[in-house]
Amino acid sequence: MKKTLLLVMVLWSIVSFSAAKALFSANDVPWDDGKALMLNWSAPADTVNLQKADSLGNWVTIFKGVGKEFQDRDLDPDKTYSYRLLIPRAALGDSIAFKATAQPKEQWFYLNKLSYLLILLAVSLAVLYYVNGARRGKDYFIRRISGLDSMDEAIGRATEKGKPILFVPGISDLDDIQTIASLTILSHLAHKAAEYDTALIVPCRFSMVLSASREIVKEAYLKAGKPDSYREDRIFYLTDDQFGYVAGIDGIMVREQPAANFFLGSFYAESLILAETGFSTGAIQTSGTAQASQLPFFVVSCDYTLIGEELFAASAYLSRDPQQLGSLKGHDFGKLLTILLIIIGVIAEIAGWHGFKAFFEGAQ
Amino acid sequence: MSSNTHSQTERHIVFLVLLVAVTLPLLFPIGWKTEVSGYARMAWQLIDSTPDSSVVVFSFDYDPSTMTELQPMAEAMLYHAFSRNQKVLAMALWPQGVQMADQAYAKVIKSFPDKKYGVDFVNMGYKIAGIVTIQSMGKNMPEVFPTDERGTKYADIPMLKNVKTLKDIAYANSLSSGTPGIKEWVMAAHDAYGTPVTGGTTAVSAPGLLPYVNSQRQLNGLLGGLKAASEYENLIGQIGSATVKMDAQSVAHLLILVFIAIGNVKAFLVRKRSKA
Amino acid sequence: MKRNLPLIFAFLTGFLVVISEFIPHRPFSLMISTLQNWFLIISGFAILLGQISLFQANLAKIKQKESGWYFYLAGLISFMIMLLTGLLWGTQEYKGILGHGTHLQSLVGSKPFDYLFDFAYMPLSATMFSLLAFFIASAAYRAFIIRSFESNLLMITAVIVILGRTSFGSMLTSWLPENLRFWHLPNLSDFIMEFPNSAAQRAIMISAALGIIGSSLRIILGIERSYLGGDK
Repeated sequence: MKKTLLLVMVLWSIVSFSAAKALFSANDVPWDDGKALMLNWSAPADTVNLQKADSLGNWVTIFKGVGKEFQDRDLDPDKTYSYRLLIPRAALGDSIAFKATAQPKEQWFYLNKLSYLLILLAVSLAVLYYVNGARRGKDYFIRRISGLDSMDEAIGRATEKGKPILFVPGISDLDDIQTIASLTILSHLAHKAAEYDTALIVPCRFSMVLSASREIVKEAYLKAGKPDSYREDRIFYLTDDQFGYVAGIDGIMVREQPAANFFLGSFYAESLILAETGFSTGAIQTSGTAQASQLPFFVVSCDYTLIGEELFAASAYLSRDPQQLGSLKGHDFGKLLTILLIIIGVIAEIAGWHGFKAFFEGAQ
Repeated sequence: MSSNTHSQTERHIVFLVLLVAVTLPLLFPIGWKTEVSGYARMAWQLIDSTPDSSVVVFSFDYDPSTMTELQPMAEAMLYHAFSRNQKVLAMALWPQGVQMADQAYAKVIKSFPDKKYGVDFVNMGYKIAGIVTIQSMGKNMPEVFPTDERGTKYADIPMLKNVKTLKDIAYANSLSSGTPGIKEWVMAAHDAYGTPVTGGTTAVSAPGLLPYVNSQRQLNGLLGGLKAASEYENLIGQIGSATVKMDAQSVAHLLILVFIAIGNVKAFLVRKRSKA
Repeated sequence: MKRNLPLIFAFLTGFLVVISEFIPHRPFSLMISTLQNWFLIISGFAILLGQISLFQANLAKIKQKESGWYFYLAGLISFMIMLLTGLLWGTQEYKGILGHGTHLQSLVGSKPFDYLFDFAYMPLSATMFSLLAFFIASAAYRAFIIRSFESNLLMITAVIVILGRTSFGSMLTSWLPENLRFWHLPNLSDFIMEFPNSAAQRAIMISAALGIIGSSLRIILGIERSYLGGDK
């Protein structure tokens, strides 16, 4: 009898445990950085109380209400977490408790970024393919970019008038790729300015940009064989403040009256202030930014504007290095790929095939 | 040189006329009514339908350079929240947002003299980490704000007694002119914790945020620019700074159209003369 | 070696940052934030370089008594005043070397730094920003000329959007019946900003993003070296 009772109790525990395991579970969220756990339950109740044990072992409510799942985020992948699900039994005035324990795991790949990775690989491989083609002697056609072709004209005009050139490398720091693109153009410009013996003024907003600009201009003067013409005081720091920087540049434009202004890099609200002040001094102006919202202001007030991609293509265009020009063809492949994806996406949505859009949405 | 002097003179005339045209409506308001857009109405509805005594978050994510557009909408929404007896927790993800919050409180509180600091409103100050701050608020707000701006401990602030995480907040209102701002609130507060989010931004930035006003209600309406601020004032029945400034903005816009017309007439006459 | 070392660093760092974007496992998940923190630390020290440059440039002009030298002097004096008030009496809730300066606070109503910030810096900042209004007017007067089909189209769009953004514009078309609500100026203006304008901006953003990929790849692979100063 005792043995039978024991057997029944053991069997009942196994059944209850299995049922409980199915009723409430805590699992690692796949394909993530190990900071989330997914809690699932299938309780026959309207309201549940989900609790988590804190570091002292006290139960803290993390969710209360109707639902079948809850994702607990901002966890530590080195810790194990205990959870308790309380299902109230109104008739009896108490609650049943179910427990689950889990440890979040870090995976080695973000699956939701797969689409992102595939596009990046496609564009990068295209760039490498065309660079390789250029290395093997293939000649690629690049359309004219009048803003870059006019650089010589602008420097020539400044030299004739005996006035300096003003170069503004944008208002962002060196961690912005637009600033780096701007500095690559500065290198070519400084070389030309050194050859023509034209003064070059470069006011900087950030100290790191100042350091980089000074190095670039110094090297350019060295390469042009005019190291004595290099003047460090012409590349200087103004201020970190956005509008203070703009006020300083406006003052330089009105006092020094540069014959050519170059606004290349990242710009925000101050773009029109710079461009209009430069226009009022009669300078020839070339601008370039990837900030779509500022482009209209530059287009209206400057003689030449590099729109978006052209700013990043500038270095390749000016150097005429075949490998760099080859990489520009890779951009074109990327654009073609984007157009195709948009067309396929629109057709897929109209036809009700939402999987295509869902695949790319995962990258958000 | 003389054509350059001529164009400089024209520029100066343009500036002078614009200055007069913008100043006059500020001194002598015209009182043009602004039609309310759907986006402003959505934001208004969220605040209007939030129950009495709910704790709400106003995040002042802008600086003085954009306060002309954003401060009026902050004041209007704050007025609305106070009139609905909501308890406002002000914070900032931009350093100068704290002063913007203080100024908004100082102005609006004059209409609600019975509102008490700590009981009806509080300023928790500036937090540096952007989206990480919002994510942390979703887990543990007392840890994010150990004290308020005046140094009072979180536990000693009466209105925050039952507020432990973002889930205890009825809605978050982000007034932002850049990053961190509305986008971060949508990603961290709404998408992660289900907290309703609304907000206001500059007219230039608004088109970029409109996609979040969608069927999933990632954003419950959006105020974009001074016009939207004056629409909100219209909805709450107040003639605030936005309505007054809209007259000036409207006159300035019309004047620009007049300048464009004059510029075209001038260009046409020059072309005609050169042909002749 | 002098040329190759920065190229090797650029390649390794660039490659690691790119793959960190796709790998959630440590240490890759911490890489981007760690590098960003390093950048912040370095730029913090680099601020000193900027201040030295500021002083050198301004002092040189004051010494040589260049035209308007007193403005450079005013600039340096303003810089020193803000620096000293912040250091000595702190800002807002943070105390300075001499404490909170309660006596000074009672005289001016707030800490000296905050007072100067609120009543000198903020109005100046707002003034510079407000220059935009005047410059937009002069730019519009000069540049919005009908010369071709495209400029004609631009003109019509500009008129619709400008009017749609004003109270006057909504009054002009408020009489339109419900089924013609699309042509109501504010609605038409919103449509233009939401669809054609957004589409054009996104196209520019997509091409700029491709440009960034190409440019970054050139730098990572060492094809582009002018940022180091000089060519290969």
